[in-house]
Amino acid sequence: MTDTTTTSRKGNITSKASVSVLFAGDSGDGMQLTGTQFANTVAVRGSELNTFPNFPSEIRAPAGTISGVSGFQLQFGSKPVYTPGAKFDVMIAMNSAALKANIKDLHRGGIIIAGTEGFDEKNLKLAGYPAGVNPLEDGSLSNYIVFKVPVLQLTREALKESGLSSREIDRCKNMFVLGLLYWLYNLTVEGTAETLRAKFKKNPQMAEANIKAVEAGYNFGDETEIFANLGRFDVAPQKQHGLYRRVTGNEASAIALAAAAKKAGLELFLGSYPITPATEILQNLAKMKKWGVKTFQAEDEIAGIVSSIGASFGGALAATNTSGPGLALKTEALGLAVIMEIPLVIVNVQRGGPSTGLPTKPEQSDLFMALYGRHGDAPMPVIAASSPVDCFYTTYEAARIALEHMTPVLCLTDGYLALSSEPWEVESPDNLAEIKPRIQPARKPEDPPYLPYKRDENLVRSWAIPGTPGLEHRIGGLEKQNETGNVSHDPDNHALMTKLRAEKVNRIADSIPLQAIDNGPEKGDLLVLGWGSSYGAIKTAVEQALEQGLSVAHAHLRYIHPFPKNLKTILGNYKKIVIPENNNGQLVHVIRDTFLIEPVGYSKVTGLPFNEMEILDKITDLLKEL
Amino acid sequence: MTEKDTTVTAGSMYTAKDFASSQEPKWCPGCGDHAVLQQIKSTLPDLGISKENFAFISGIGCSSRLPYYMATYGVHGIHGRALPMATGLKTARPDLCVWVATGDGDALSIGGNHFIHTLRRNPDLNVILLNNEIYGLTKGQYSPTTKIGMRTVTSPSGVIDHPFNTASLAIGSGGTFFARAFDRDGKYLRSLFTRAAKHKGMSLVEIYQGCPIFNNSAFEAFASAEAKAEHTVYLEQGKPLVFGAASNKGIKLEGFKPVVVDLQKEGLSLSDLWVHDEADINKAAILARFADDVAGEESSLPRPMGILYAEDRVTYEDALTAQIEEAQAKGAGTLAELLKGENSYVIK
Repeated sequence: MTDTTTTSRKGNITSKASVSVLFAGDSGDGMQLTGTQFANTVAVRGSELNTFPNFPSEIRAPAGTISGVSGFQLQFGSKPVYTPGAKFDVMIAMNSAALKANIKDLHRGGIIIAGTEGFDEKNLKLAGYPAGVNPLEDGSLSNYIVFKVPVLQLTREALKESGLSSREIDRCKNMFVLGLLYWLYNLTVEGTAETLRAKFKKNPQMAEANIKAVEAGYNFGDETEIFANLGRFDVAPQKQHGLYRRVTGNEASAIALAAAAKKAGLELFLGSYPITPATEILQNLAKMKKWGVKTFQAEDEIAGIVSSIGASFGGALAATNTSGPGLALKTEALGLAVIMEIPLVIVNVQRGGPSTGLPTKPEQSDLFMALYGRHGDAPMPVIAASSPVDCFYTTYEAARIALEHMTPVLCLTDGYLALSSEPWEVESPDNLAEIKPRIQPARKPEDPPYLPYKRDENLVRSWAIPGTPGLEHRIGGLEKQNETGNVSHDPDNHALMTKLRAEKVNRIADSIPLQAIDNGPEKGDLLVLGWGSSYGAIKTAVEQALEQGLSVAHAHLRYIHPFPKNLKTILGNYKKIVIPENNNGQLVHVIRDTFLIEPVGYSKVTGLPFNEMEILDKITDLLKEL
Repeated sequence: MTEKDTTVTAGSMYTAKDFASSQEPKWCPGCGDHAVLQQIKSTLPDLGISKENFAFISGIGCSSRLPYYMATYGVHGIHGRALPMATGLKTARPDLCVWVATGDGDALSIGGNHFIHTLRRNPDLNVILLNNEIYGLTKGQYSPTTKIGMRTVTSPSGVIDHPFNTASLAIGSGGTFFARAFDRDGKYLRSLFTRAAKHKGMSLVEIYQGCPIFNNSAFEAFASAEAKAEHTVYLEQGKPLVFGAASNKGIKLEGFKPVVVDLQKEGLSLSDLWVHDEADINKAAILARFADDVAGEESSLPRPMGILYAEDRVTYEDALTAQIEEAQAKGAGTLAELLKGENSYVIK
């Protein structure tokens, strides 16, 4: 990427292909709102965008400390961006703890905008700096471009006649910073003004004060001399014209469930229990009553899934959402759904484990549990989403498989996808795949008796929904006799049913797309095989490796059980396979076990997603070994 | 498991036999479950509901096999989870008549959390809790209703856990209907099931029954033909609480304290007695604590049978349906609107 600089009346404007920004401050500083507003502004202008919030699991962690730091990172660009950026170009540090916690991820030569009031003696002590040490004063930041801005003082001056209390005025300081960033990146404040007026509809005084703070920040950039040498930046918008919305992974999953129900002509029922980082799926669906969505906040994870099994028996598209510890609690009920052979979607938003683990940190923690974590031989399709927008398509696909193959389906996302966002070009209803539930029609008196476990050519049984005359039947957790569904303890029957359940799931491979190579040659030295949220980092790293002329390709799995039928062939086309995973090595076991090959595992279990630099380094190292 | 002919749509055209599935009950001979099953099958034809609109849901335990013996839709689920399954079904399908068969272990131990929360939410379910104060299917371990001191295979020195009082628990959890009967109550059982079915909300009917193998004498102290008249009182709405073989005894409320009085000896008339009002939650709470014999001790007060409490309250599914109807007052949302969302933007 080449930066071009033009000179305008207001100083130099340097054009950038992409920029990564971190807004960091104390939990109470409003950094999430600030980052969201900035993201909305660049999205609406037509930038490519990827955002990621990073906040403590405590609601109000001790103010001023490292554990209380809340961050919102985003990357926007004139070309597609797949991650919030491995390192950021600009960091807003509202206090010294925010600086200390994040400075390691700022590019050398990057910009720091520090709110000086957050670097007073008290804050420095809370952040753990030794007495008398202030990083803004001691030269330790000489590798960066540092702007010291008395944000609080300037906000107070700007709002002194606003009529707000001093406490309310102080809370507007994040909007001042937002305005300053708008100036720095050649953006306008109008969109935010509109949003703030809508947000504070019942309190116009508050709305106007916030807008004034944004404008004050913008004007400060314009008038102050401190940016004279740096100038401003511009990231030209590049999106094609069209209708867009910005979605997080959890929003996308929620929309997908409601959309799949509509497309299938069914009602959606979600039985759920709040758990980080999956809760927004329940929250979003609870708001969709206009679409007839029924949500049930159960007393626990078990009741969440079991109520969904009840709703599925009743003929609804039934789903439940959870995260690791909740999935553990649901496993007995998953076995029931497997043996009942009823449609059910489980969206598992993975987080760091084991046990309570790292509730707010992403990890690809639950692949083993998804594949194997049930009593008995209880196979279930497992699919995984690769980006916030892909959470829509993958969750929708989970619903399609569940309804068309009469099976529970585990859809894996994670805390990174759940909370990250990107622009999504709004789908047209006609473009969504058809979904044809296997509903059994009413039985006439002259028809033979209904056989609940009679199967079609794909080994799929039919869905007999209560209220349908002539199809009354009983099913449950006890082993069933083939076809009749009557309770059976017959040894041969159990062996047969075990094999039928497995083969039914295996045959799903006949109707899913073949695995594609995302990028790179069809044959070559190295294949980076990913699954889930590592997509963006791998995509970016492989792009860069290809630019360097390396023989590397990228394939990303959505279907993990069953695998696409051509996966074995693809794996045979490369000298080496590397599997990056945010866990201690799970897919790598499955690939080794299934195909009897020796892929290289590359684990990162830090509670942080991969970044493109780490993957690129690994690619380079592995190719050197060849 | 399917039935041959279910095309009859008028409820009155059914008999009990129409609700018998092809499967032979596998309960022990002498078990009260047989009698309860028979009374349920006899109740359904009177409800005027088409066969295909019934669903029976259960968890695990002896009682939970019941759905297999009904010629209706049914699910035999997992241990303790019948109530959330039934709630999900009823929420998705308010048009169905949903019954739950459960036991003291299934409902009060492993499913205890679901029990209290389902009661407070009040979905329109008919829940039959078969209480034999023992774990039968796993062969004789103590349950949450087993009396203190009872020796079982897991309490060889005697139970030390304080037992649940099902009625108090149900009323305290915000339940809207609680009734109690014996497995041997015959037609009376049927009348309670009919009332339970007609109650809009979660109706809980606790049935006292011995386990012929592991706890045969659980309720003998007051259920036997000889003891019943002296040790139980059958509640009737608007009627005074009278009991005894000669109907000579009554219950009088002195402040908050119920006392047994002898009508003749004390020269009292029926108008001096406690008159049953099933809508009075305070009286129901006192009734629930009659004969609170946690260790099988003899009580001076008789055990109340029948409907202790019944309250009209909106059901969970009706409240949810009302919210959906309100949200759809100006028309249901379309798929296109769903995909577009509220914060979409156009890039020109």
